[in-house]
Amino acid sequence: MRYLFRTHYQQDITLFRHNGDRFWYGLLVLLVLVAPAILGEFYIGELGAVFIFAIAGVGLMLLVGYTGLISLGHAAFLGIGAYVNAVLLAKGVPFLVTLPLAGLSTALCGAAIGRPTLRMSGLYLAIATLAFGSIVGTVFQKWTAVTGGFDGFAVPTPTIFGYPIEGATGIYYVSLLVLVFVLWVSANLLRSPTGRAMVAIRDSEVSAQSMGIHLARYKTLVFAVSAGMTGLAGGLFAHYVRYLAPDAFDVLLSVQFVTIVFVGGLGSLRGAILGAMFVRLLPQLIAIVRDDLPFGIGRLPGLEPSLFGLVLVFVILFQPGGLNGMWLKMKQWFRAFPFKRQTSFRRQKSYARSERLR
Amino acid sequence: MEDAARILQLIVNGAAAGCIYGLIALGFVLIYKATEMVNFAQGDVMMLGGFVAFSLIATFHLPYWVGGLLAILITAAFGYALDAFVLRRVIGQPQFAVVMLTLGLGFIFRAVAGITWGYDSVAFNTPFTNKTVNVGGLVLGEDNLSIIVGTVLLCAVLYLFFSKTRVGVAMQAASQNQLAAYYMGIPVRTIFSLIWAISAGVACLAGILLSPVSMIDVNMGFLGIKAFAAAVIGGFGSIPGSLIGGVIVGIVEQFAGYKLPAGFQEVTSNAVLLLMLFVRPQGLFAERMGKRV
Repeated sequence: MRYLFRTHYQQDITLFRHNGDRFWYGLLVLLVLVAPAILGEFYIGELGAVFIFAIAGVGLMLLVGYTGLISLGHAAFLGIGAYVNAVLLAKGVPFLVTLPLAGLSTALCGAAIGRPTLRMSGLYLAIATLAFGSIVGTVFQKWTAVTGGFDGFAVPTPTIFGYPIEGATGIYYVSLLVLVFVLWVSANLLRSPTGRAMVAIRDSEVSAQSMGIHLARYKTLVFAVSAGMTGLAGGLFAHYVRYLAPDAFDVLLSVQFVTIVFVGGLGSLRGAILGAMFVRLLPQLIAIVRDDLPFGIGRLPGLEPSLFGLVLVFVILFQPGGLNGMWLKMKQWFRAFPFKRQTSFRRQKSYARSERLR
Repeated sequence: MEDAARILQLIVNGAAAGCIYGLIALGFVLIYKATEMVNFAQGDVMMLGGFVAFSLIATFHLPYWVGGLLAILITAAFGYALDAFVLRRVIGQPQFAVVMLTLGLGFIFRAVAGITWGYDSVAFNTPFTNKTVNVGGLVLGEDNLSIIVGTVLLCAVLYLFFSKTRVGVAMQAASQNQLAAYYMGIPVRTIFSLIWAISAGVACLAGILLSPVSMIDVNMGFLGIKAFAAAVIGGFGSIPGSLIGGVIVGIVEQFAGYKLPAGFQEVTSNAVLLLMLFVRPQGLFAERMGKRV
């Protein structure tokens, strides 16, 4: 068992709690860096996609897991990022400029949508983003002059300082770099006063407000940051798919993003990455076992969305901590080895919390 | 004259579509007022109700009125069970957990309906299908009129239920203050499940009324998104507001389809919703409410 003995206030806000953390995360980074030398092209492509989804997942985790707001329109932000990046690249703007621009423009869109709706309860944000997502999806289809409509849009190969980033491996490394950057930004944000304000808003809006936190400002800021990170993911997503189709950014994709956050575990950055792995691997798993399932279940249309729905329902009902919660429980089990009791992980009895006052 | 008739026609069609949105929104509002949950699967419950009615009327050859009533009862029982077995477990979890839970349930309902009834559009015969009435030179479809009349009748029934019956008054009490209702001996949990049942029954009625106008298929639940516009315009908490909001959305949508180029009609309801949130987010019929810590 490891006891953390705090000898300095600085220890409360360090990025890594102890040397064990540093060792294991360092090993993980080393492993992902050498992975392209070991794994085949297909697996590297899939791992790159996991990274891209994890970037969006981290963005959404800041919003849902730490601020307690929900967005059902993040697929639209991914789409905006993807199209901004691809269209600017096609016009000859260098990749090192287009990718940040993809993030910035989506952040602005997020602020524009968030500002008016965030004055109301979080429910309105869910509804407004749902509407926004479906409007943006229609715009992608109808604005053929820019997006090419259903003919699709071929994404040019990006170059950095004259070196073309080609193939799955190139995108893999760029995605990894952006993911590490996004994680670093989020971790720093969370240990700053802004991050503490976010958590306070999540736990109780009224208490946060009475502590002097400007609700609308912080909520809009978080929504913009979250949208911006998703826009970055969108820019990379364009290179991952190489051919943009306007109907890829629908409500189902938004629900997948929220599934990342819920399945991974609310309120943990590690959860966002675990969730992204789950969401990307589930369709692959379905594809593998599809033909072996009895009663022709594998050939049913709409199998994938319903499985996502089922997983979501089961996680919310029976495992609100998600994959991260399971990991923590497992760790606790080993740490306390023979002393695990029936009541160790029992959930507290919960009561209806009303936000109304009359 | 021709133009005026056309405009009246559009208004009636829009009002009919709007009544459907209003009925779905009514389901949202009933549940939201009572339990502070929003059922994102309301549109899918309507789809299930429509399919149940289709089974009873087209497959088992029950008369329209008997089959419809039975379908409403079955869907209401389903709504009761949904609350009693699923939604009651998430009490105390944050609001967005309920949003995701009902969204997930919607996906499951769609898959179940697809497996049971197939993915093709179906329809059953109603007394109103393909009939028209001539009102002073104006040709109106009976199907559209039946929707409007059905909605008005339902509103009257609901109004009487909530103001005159013991259960209805108990529901109002439980919506206003749970704790006080408990102290008065009202079985609040049962009451909440009954509200879910009513809301599911209303959704089923919407599905039945809609069936002569548009066919029943697995994806008709997406109408629920348009119903959000109706609920938000009405102020999310006002029952007459949601119906008026629905009619507004329906009529605006018809005129957008008539005046604007193709492609605008499908985004009108969403655009109206966003516009409403920008201009007057508390809705047309807002109740002033504070917040509790």
